[in-house]
Amino acid sequence: MGAGHSHALYVHEHSVVHRMAPQAKLVAALGMVVSIAITPREAVWAFGFYAAVIAGLTGVSRIRPGFLAVRLLAVAPFVLFALFIPFIATGETTEVLGITVSVDGLWGTWNILAKALLGASVSILLTATTEIPDIIRGLSILRVPALFISITTFMIRYLELIADELGRMRVAMTARGYDPRWISQARPIASSAGALFVRSYERGERVHAAMLARGFTGEMPMPSTEAIDRSQCAGVLMLVVLFAGTAIVALVAT
Amino acid sequence: MSGVIDIRGVEYSYPDGRKVLNGVDLAIAAGERVAILGPNGGGKTTLALHLNGILQPHAGTITVSGVPVAEEHYREVRRMVGLVFQDTNDQLFMPTVREDVAFGPMNLGLTDEALDQRVDAALEVVSGAEFADRPPHHLSGGERRRAALATVLSMEPEVLVLDEPTSGLDLAARRELILTLADLPMTQLVITHDLPLALELCPRSVIMNGGRLVADVTTGDLLEDLDLLAENRLELPYGFDRSTDHPGL
Repeated sequence: MGAGHSHALYVHEHSVVHRMAPQAKLVAALGMVVSIAITPREAVWAFGFYAAVIAGLTGVSRIRPGFLAVRLLAVAPFVLFALFIPFIATGETTEVLGITVSVDGLWGTWNILAKALLGASVSILLTATTEIPDIIRGLSILRVPALFISITTFMIRYLELIADELGRMRVAMTARGYDPRWISQARPIASSAGALFVRSYERGERVHAAMLARGFTGEMPMPSTEAIDRSQCAGVLMLVVLFAGTAIVALVAT
Repeated sequence: MSGVIDIRGVEYSYPDGRKVLNGVDLAIAAGERVAILGPNGGGKTTLALHLNGILQPHAGTITVSGVPVAEEHYREVRRMVGLVFQDTNDQLFMPTVREDVAFGPMNLGLTDEALDQRVDAALEVVSGAEFADRPPHHLSGGERRRAALATVLSMEPEVLVLDEPTSGLDLAARRELILTLADLPMTQLVITHDLPLALELCPRSVIMNGGRLVADVTTGDLLEDLDLLAENRLELPYGFDRSTDHPGL
């Protein structure tokens, strides 16, 4: 994580995608994810097409495929679950490597695998090319309700701080010989979770006081909106139309 | 009138009934710099929170520049009184320093160029241009303290209230902060345990203990009154009291 950048998901580069207005990227990402989600699982060609476009975007963004692959591990739990479906599902069966599995289950696995990986790739690309403050600005330009934006802003700002606090509490426990091995020794962890909650709550009160002190009246002030230039609109429109078009063709054809 | 503070008979108790302010009277002239000293739990921070209406006194009145600190004047009072909290993580809550510095002026209704000018001017005072676009949790302690100061300077306050401004700073960062504060023209109330800081910045010191003002003296006199210091759990840094022999001197 570079000193000047706000989160580990961001990759510092100077690509066209990095320079795009955040609201444009948000609209594009949403459009792409929705298209991927509604595409019928039998339209294998459509998923191939999505994968090709996403690979192209990754190249244009100068994101290393390795980075994408490592971040994709985040969907591993869902994928692991999906691998069990062919053995659990009922209906028509077939043999794969000598093992009897459900055909419907295989399609189910493919459906989850393809959609999870492609959808996650789109969000990884978004966060790798857009810093969090810009994503928040983009959301507010897109008229996402102010309350939602405030909650997101505070969550991102204080998550790291709360994690730090938890880390310090753990160090303090370890430093005094706490080394839990049995469930009966879990009590200090439970009470530290309680303490963390109280500390976070109190921090919330102090932050609120600091906001009041600077004239906060209950509504977050919003930055003035800036117009996005037409070439970006065209780019976003093209991507969304491409994905949505593919999804619709796939829906009609299957 | 601008920057004049008048506190009369202010009393405040916590919800559990413990009395923290027990009739505080204090008058501060425009442009004056006053140190507020005293033991932990003496009521210093509680008094500070009264100055722009975060807490409301149960008795007594406070006026700032002639404006009573009361609900109908909160907007005006909060513009006039800039409160810099002890923990900078409480003060800096926006994704970047620049947005945090803009928070106050935006609440005052500033937009576009006027807003940018305010923000840039405030950042300039604290030499903060280089960390303006960084998130607060990536700043050093000294940078965070300067950023916190900028978030209230952007409101162009007439009064600055600083709660323990030097706590947790290394000596160079402390020095930079003192030089910045010494250059600011507005009325300043500095809550601190740092007696050399009080001596350097504030010609006048008041001591709060048990919810009352127990002393109101020049800082020079205070530092010579070892009994008064001891009564209020204050102490000169080791070696500064020349009236006794020190083995190392």
